[in-house]
Amino acid sequence: MNASTNYIIRRLLYLIPVLLGVCFLIFIIFNVVSEDPALILAGKNASAERIADLRQELGLNQPLFVQYLDIVKSAFTFEFGQSWSTKQNISDMLTRGAIPSLTLTLPAFVISTFLSLFFSVIVAYYRGKGIDLFIRITCIAMMSISSLAYILFFQYFFAFKLGLFEISGYEFGFPGFIPYIALPVIIWIVLSLGPDIRFYRTLILDEIYQDYVRTARAKGLSEKVVLFKHVLRNAMIPIVTYLVVQLPFLLTGALLLESFFSIPGLGGITIQALNSSDFPVLKAMAILSAVAYIIFTLVQDILYTLVDPRVKLQ
Amino acid sequence: MSTTNTLEEARNIETAIKEKKRSLWFDAWARLKTDKIAVISLIIVILYALTAVLSSLGIIAADWAREVGPSYAAPFENWDYILGTDIFGRDVLTKVIHGSQVAMSVGFISSLIAIPIGVFFGAIAGYYGGKVDEIIVWFYTTFSSIPAIMLLMSIAFVLGKGITTVYIALGLTSWVGLCRLIRGEVLKHKNREYVQAAGAIGAGHFRKLFKHILPNVTHIVIINTSLQFQIAIKSEVILSYLGLGVSGQPSWGTMIDDAKLELARGVWWQLFGATFAMFFVVLAFNILGDALRDALDPKLKR
Repeated sequence: MNASTNYIIRRLLYLIPVLLGVCFLIFIIFNVVSEDPALILAGKNASAERIADLRQELGLNQPLFVQYLDIVKSAFTFEFGQSWSTKQNISDMLTRGAIPSLTLTLPAFVISTFLSLFFSVIVAYYRGKGIDLFIRITCIAMMSISSLAYILFFQYFFAFKLGLFEISGYEFGFPGFIPYIALPVIIWIVLSLGPDIRFYRTLILDEIYQDYVRTARAKGLSEKVVLFKHVLRNAMIPIVTYLVVQLPFLLTGALLLESFFSIPGLGGITIQALNSSDFPVLKAMAILSAVAYIIFTLVQDILYTLVDPRVKLQ
Repeated sequence: MSTTNTLEEARNIETAIKEKKRSLWFDAWARLKTDKIAVISLIIVILYALTAVLSSLGIIAADWAREVGPSYAAPFENWDYILGTDIFGRDVLTKVIHGSQVAMSVGFISSLIAIPIGVFFGAIAGYYGGKVDEIIVWFYTTFSSIPAIMLLMSIAFVLGKGITTVYIALGLTSWVGLCRLIRGEVLKHKNREYVQAAGAIGAGHFRKLFKHILPNVTHIVIINTSLQFQIAIKSEVILSYLGLGVSGQPSWGTMIDDAKLELARGVWWQLFGATFAMFFVVLAFNILGDALRDALDPKLKR
């Protein structure tokens, strides 16, 4: 068996302890630290009897290790039971929520990635010059404004005041959803340009100071050829692997954007669950996002080792 | 005769060592000083910190709860409430000033929680390696597997509304990055010659790690803290929107959150005031973080 298969198998096995740890963390937060959810759900004036019934119904009377095992089971089977507030099957709720989330996050992600790559190449090409400084300062300035302020202002100004976009809501099916996601997509792009351009710039500049670039220049290649044919190709390795780890966040949706624009995606569902103390849904979302994150980090690691032979396998 | 010479020599070496010790930070300060924007950022941060301290002592903006004018008075019309008033007729400018207290304290206290955890676990993981390392790496991998916003939300949710919750939730979610960096850095340092030399003159593990290696990785803590402040200040806004933020005193988060009902009525000044106040200090921390990285870590300098 060669080194990389061995490595991949070991990384796959490592998923299990990490997933058990995630379940334990969720268990500690929601089942141990949290105040009795039966008290929250029953309201202030509930009788002791009603609370006892509720505890029985929600399975809160079970021993703690059984409650922990329930979480572990749900992480491996993706059966999260019933929502406390809507009484629906959570797996069905999440499957339905994934589509509106993806219609928002996928175009936003693709467009913002292309835009930030475009700008970061420009910035790297003119590094140290006026335009580089200007874009960098703009990036930091854009990152220094609260994301909530962006959402509030854009929604008020472009949708409410100018009436260019729908203020909120959603329609299933293509192309019905487009007017509803247009503004959230724009806000997502505005929010991610700053950090992304800065990050890609660092990655590209990391390459620009390597020896092979000096060699390429020494043999008389023009700066453009050096940048596009040599530097960018090598910088694509960390860029692509970074993008892979971003993918799970597309699935879990944009919490604030979906909640503000009433898009019935996973982010919106999560905020609703938070407001109605719907523990099973919150736990399901935490587990789902963690599983997605773990899997995509694994894919990233494997990609890294396959693409870049310099990476040592441990 | 010869004894005096040796003594003098020893003293010379001692002063030389002392100078050298100082010069590391002096160098960093000298480098930072040449960067005008960084110095301005540092001054801005100090001014905000001063405002926060003065307001927590009750010297300025103590009467933020007082009604100074009509409800939702527009800004720039009356000098008594230059930034306008909120729904209860309270002065928005005073609220913005008082809000610096919450902003600076969430950054400061969440750092106080995150730094010891991150440095301690990172240091022993990097230094001892083996099983200790495996367990700590597993522990922080677990923590970082749940997206930060989900974890922050969940912790804040179960702890209940209030400023203590904001401190704890932010502290518990932000030690991971620091821990990872410290571990990597200690790992690089532990086999360096100076550590071996310390071992050769009889220093134990504890002494080698805390007396010799850790001072050499302090710059990571400093850079990280500058970034932690701006993350904490921005997160406070999101927690406020989720209804998990500060109550009983004004914060930039609650002021921005108020705007979701106010904007439709044309009341933009609370959003404006809080966003601007936040903008300058977060920008200053961002620039300072970058400048500190350049100044304290000359190897990274290009």
